[in-house]
Amino acid sequence: MEWLLANWELVGSLTLDHMRISLIPIVLGFLISLPIGWFAERVPATRGLVLGGVGILYTVPSLALFMLLPPMLGISVLSEANVIIALTIYAVAIMVRTVADAFASIEPRALRAATALGYAEWGRFFAVELPLAGPVLLAGLRVVAVSTVSLVTVGVLVGIQSLGYLFTDGFQRRIIPEVLTGVVMTFLVALLFDAVLVALGRVIMPWSRLATQPARAGA
Amino acid sequence: MDLFLEALAWLFSPEQYQGEGSIPQRTMEHLAYTAGATLIAALVAVPIGYFIGHTGRGGTWVVGITGAARALPSFGLILLLVLLLGVSERVTASLVALVLLGIPPLMAGAYAGMQQIPRATVDAARAQGMTEWQIVGKVEIPLSLPLLLGGLRGAVLQIVATATLVAYVGLGGLGYDIIQGIPLRRFDQTIGAALVIVVVALTLDGLLAAATRWVTPRGVHQGRLADVRARDSLSRTAPVASAVASPEKEITQQRKTTP
Repeated sequence: MEWLLANWELVGSLTLDHMRISLIPIVLGFLISLPIGWFAERVPATRGLVLGGVGILYTVPSLALFMLLPPMLGISVLSEANVIIALTIYAVAIMVRTVADAFASIEPRALRAATALGYAEWGRFFAVELPLAGPVLLAGLRVVAVSTVSLVTVGVLVGIQSLGYLFTDGFQRRIIPEVLTGVVMTFLVALLFDAVLVALGRVIMPWSRLATQPARAGA
Repeated sequence: MDLFLEALAWLFSPEQYQGEGSIPQRTMEHLAYTAGATLIAALVAVPIGYFIGHTGRGGTWVVGITGAARALPSFGLILLLVLLLGVSERVTASLVALVLLGIPPLMAGAYAGMQQIPRATVDAARAQGMTEWQIVGKVEIPLSLPLLLGGLRGAVLQIVATATLVAYVGLGGLGYDIIQGIPLRRFDQTIGAALVIVVVALTLDGLLAAATRWVTPRGVHQGRLADVRARDSLSRTAPVASAVASPEKEITQQRKTTP
């Protein structure tokens, strides 16, 4: 506690850095995986290939990806872009499967009803498919958010400032409260992101709370 | 691309294959950390997961732990445990951190594997006169294996990735050449080591994926029971036909697929 009081400015600025670096991959990952997952579900022949491909990406350990991306993209190992792109890849790897599952979970009858009501392809996607897939998409996005926040800390090994700095600095100087602060703050940022996503889900999809109630027999 | 050529040159130079810190030695260290941590995690997590899945009590607990564990930064956990237990105990501390990471996915896999078995299947086994232990050993465990192995796969993936970080506290493993190479800007070495890590991680994952397919009993697909005697078309192209044939069936099937 003493350490935290003496260093709250450092912890505060690292927390802000951490949030900024986490936010970009979460948003980008969601936007990129939406069309990929939708396509994989829509064209069943590609489903296995697409999901298998993103599965392989997820298997690559983060430290290895931080090393392999820069020579492929021509960026510096020590650049923030390196970590942000790597984490976006993980976000896509987790999210694509959920997106495919989310669109698969829509009742075909609802889609046929929408078509019967005169919805064209794009109109049906935004007005019917996306809202119905919403709750499952949100569940996937929560997993992405939490694991991204936790993965950002590894970026300190390639020189990217985040709460992970408290791990390496605290370890080298043998200050246990500093490392502990890093772990707890990372955990809290993850909880905060999760809570924001849940709140956003409630506002955007007020109907999803009904869906979480147990279905009655014969309903 | 030049860097990749240099990395390959590093990777295939004979000096990487002999003496202290050779690639085979680092690979064996890495596999040893992974195997040790996975084994201990399984010994702890699987009985608990099975118990919760069998009794049906404490399921929300498992879900909560699995979710919370994802938010724990593994790198911080390793460093914190090493400082707490003392640098001389860094092997134990790193192993504890890796075990803690492996427990949630394994426990969730064991729990989900038991929990998804339909009550009717268990009741049928009981009606046949099986004892409780026979039900567990001959019905519940075999039917739970696909999801349990899914959990094992998740745990191994986590542990292999995190084991690259234990080099930071002075241990070996395949992360050593990366963590030691970054400050020296020896990028041929870091990229070469990263390639080895990727090969090891993908190989382990591929083996476990094959094992999952191998243990899946006939009639179980992706952890879900299917009727092997008369398989109904569940495809989207024929829902109208099946609804007309048996309206009850389509409704029950759809209810099953919505968790």
